[in-house]
Amino acid sequence: MMLANKYDVIIIGGGLAGLRAAVEAQANGVSALIVSKLHPLRSHSGAAQGGVNAPLANNPEAKDDTPDKHAYDTVKGSDFLADQDAVQMMTAMAPEIIYELEHWGCPFSRTDDGRIAQRPFGGAGYPRTCYGADKTGLYMLHTLYEQVVKRGITIISDFFVTALIVEGNTCYGIAGIDMIKGRLETIVGHTVIIATGGAGRIYGKSSNALTSTGLGMALAYWVGAPLKDMEFIQFHPTGIIYKHILMTEGCRGEGGYLVNSKGERFMQKYAPSKMELAPRDIVSRSIATEIEQGRGFEARDGSGYVHLDMRHLGAAKIMERLPGVREICLDFLGLDIIKEPAPIQPVQHYTMGGIDTDVNGATAVKGLYASGECACVSVHGANRLGGNSLLETLVFGKRSGLAAAQYVSGVKQRSYIPQNLIVNISRLYESHFKRITHSQGEEKHRVLKRELSDTMDKLVGIFRNAQDLQSALLKIKELKARFKLLAPPQSGLKFNYDILTHLELEANIDVAEAVVMGALKREESRGSHSRRDFPNRNDKDFLKHTLVYYRAKGDVDVQYKPVAITKFQPEERKY
Amino acid sequence: MTQFKVFRFDPEENKPARFDIYAVPWEKGMTVLEGLLFIADNFYDTPSFRTSCRAAVCGSCAMHINGRYRLVCNTLIETLLPNGVGMITIQPLAHLPVYKDLVVDMTNFFKHYEAIRPYLIHGKSLPEKEFTQSPRDRKKIDGAIDCILCGACYGSCPVAGTNPEYLGPHAILKAARFYNDSRDSANKERLTLIGHNKGLFRCHSIFNCQVVCPKNLDPAGAISQMKVKLIWQKFKGLFGME
Repeated sequence: MMLANKYDVIIIGGGLAGLRAAVEAQANGVSALIVSKLHPLRSHSGAAQGGVNAPLANNPEAKDDTPDKHAYDTVKGSDFLADQDAVQMMTAMAPEIIYELEHWGCPFSRTDDGRIAQRPFGGAGYPRTCYGADKTGLYMLHTLYEQVVKRGITIISDFFVTALIVEGNTCYGIAGIDMIKGRLETIVGHTVIIATGGAGRIYGKSSNALTSTGLGMALAYWVGAPLKDMEFIQFHPTGIIYKHILMTEGCRGEGGYLVNSKGERFMQKYAPSKMELAPRDIVSRSIATEIEQGRGFEARDGSGYVHLDMRHLGAAKIMERLPGVREICLDFLGLDIIKEPAPIQPVQHYTMGGIDTDVNGATAVKGLYASGECACVSVHGANRLGGNSLLETLVFGKRSGLAAAQYVSGVKQRSYIPQNLIVNISRLYESHFKRITHSQGEEKHRVLKRELSDTMDKLVGIFRNAQDLQSALLKIKELKARFKLLAPPQSGLKFNYDILTHLELEANIDVAEAVVMGALKREESRGSHSRRDFPNRNDKDFLKHTLVYYRAKGDVDVQYKPVAITKFQPEERKY
Repeated sequence: MTQFKVFRFDPEENKPARFDIYAVPWEKGMTVLEGLLFIADNFYDTPSFRTSCRAAVCGSCAMHINGRYRLVCNTLIETLLPNGVGMITIQPLAHLPVYKDLVVDMTNFFKHYEAIRPYLIHGKSLPEKEFTQSPRDRKKIDGAIDCILCGACYGSCPVAGTNPEYLGPHAILKAARFYNDSRDSANKERLTLIGHNKGLFRCHSIFNCQVVCPKNLDPAGAISQMKVKLIWQKFKGLFGME
């Protein structure tokens, strides 16, 4: 075990939230380090397509837009589970943080008078989604990376973090595998910010990158920080069949139709006023219902789908506004959306829940912060509006970077963790690591991973019920037992992705368990969590956040905490 | 069945590089990446490779596949082999040291990218809101902003192979992206950063970069444009027209 350098702020993950946190920490006079299992530009933030919300009122149809209206849409979209103080903070900061990104060079598309262009998105009262064609995440990620390069912030890529160093509920650093050197290392710091993105890959049918495994959530969970609202999993309405790659909500924002096998624009039945631009939970349920009731098409793999038809937008508009999704359909399905409708189905897309944090990204563990998709502030509540996730990464990335920097300044003795403690912890960690890699069983981790994702796809999907959730829980308990009987992974630590998958499986199982436990206990339907056995929202008993704690011996403990309500009283959610 | 012939090498082992062959059951629509994942799932001692988004946007997985640099994730096997019958040969990106198997060390690639100062440089006063930029000006950076820095162009460039100091098509395309951005005010400096014999004038106009780019971008065109701009600037300097 090697002891590497010491830093004030260690950021795990180089996506939008991590990069923004690093820039802010460094700007506040402390040393920042970004560690990531992949190069920052390979992060899943870059796959975001449609845009980022901010009430700039640039679109002629959005003249009256304000942060307050943005906050109301977000809260209503969340089915009133979002913390309203956090939402108001986010929407108030939105304009300045988008202007800042533009000043850094982000190539947004433009209005005729040269301002940042904005398009309509689901659940929004005004066109407030700033976009760069359908590659907004890519442009934002590259822009922020450019700022990190400019500022000379240290990045260690190909470093796979496997544990946090925590003693007495205080975080002192990280331990993991340096995949280039092929050895274990610890890096100590005053603070650690987890910015590792979502847990989409606990599902099989997911739009997420293969690297969005939820390990960052588990790292915090294992050391005592609770996971919040994990039962709220967003299913994006429009993933292409077979590959489950996203077709941006911008397709519908620009005027695309959803059409069933009878040629009907079926959203008429489910959301007559917003139609295709109802929030994602509603559109996904509508598509799933159409397919279930036999008004879908059948794909080669036996799954059902409906059509996302953009032909009427015309070639010029598609080439200007949606070139990326056209390329995706050409590359992966061999069809041109200018001439044919795209076959789409709802796919897992986003984890609304995550590590429980306050508005500064602080977790229950001292010195440990989280921001971005892995965190839950909560600004998305039970259903996230499209375009709010990119905004969240910037706002709360910045806030967590600032809070971590302030924490460092407040640490009286600028001495890091005592050396003997490091040695003890390193030993502990090494023995834990050996236990996994020197396991003697015959189970294959990839088999277990597939059984887990199949279970989540089938039993913890758009529509849920107690029986399915109980079966899912049983399966997860079984997988936990079988995890102890895994065959050893391939030997060596250098770029050994087999070990990564092996180690991530433990996180996959534990995070999935938190999702299922939250879903089972929440006996109501709210936002993305739709219980067939409890079809109504129940504010009396469930207008509260779920907190799942990891306890020793692999038990979990479910608790609740109240929702912050400031000015928007819960009302019936209609679109 | 499709045969996957995969490059295997670990510079720390005292063994020569070799190819291992794996049989992968083909199905319609299968990508080369899905073939590699099948190998990882079903064989012991499998090759290391990078992957992430599996949707051609993260730039992790540029490799040499059947004679051409491509992304493994958006290459359908049937576009290389009708009905998946035959051999897929996969090698790592060229001109960069191999860490292990298909994973290369991209340090030099990113060093060149950083050398061109890849960020917006603007005058001192910032507007209260956004910089205004007309749709026409914005269009001038179309294409270049879509670069995912996968390195396919760099691997395909024979000049990069013989001159590790050459900036490479990716870095010059990035320089052109900022040069052509109406918000950037460092045009002269940008030309200086690339207008030397390890930059613009090292390019031999072979156009491989333009042929292989998985995002259909045109680094060669950007290099030509920057050459013209540089020569015009020198010309203006000679005649005191600045």
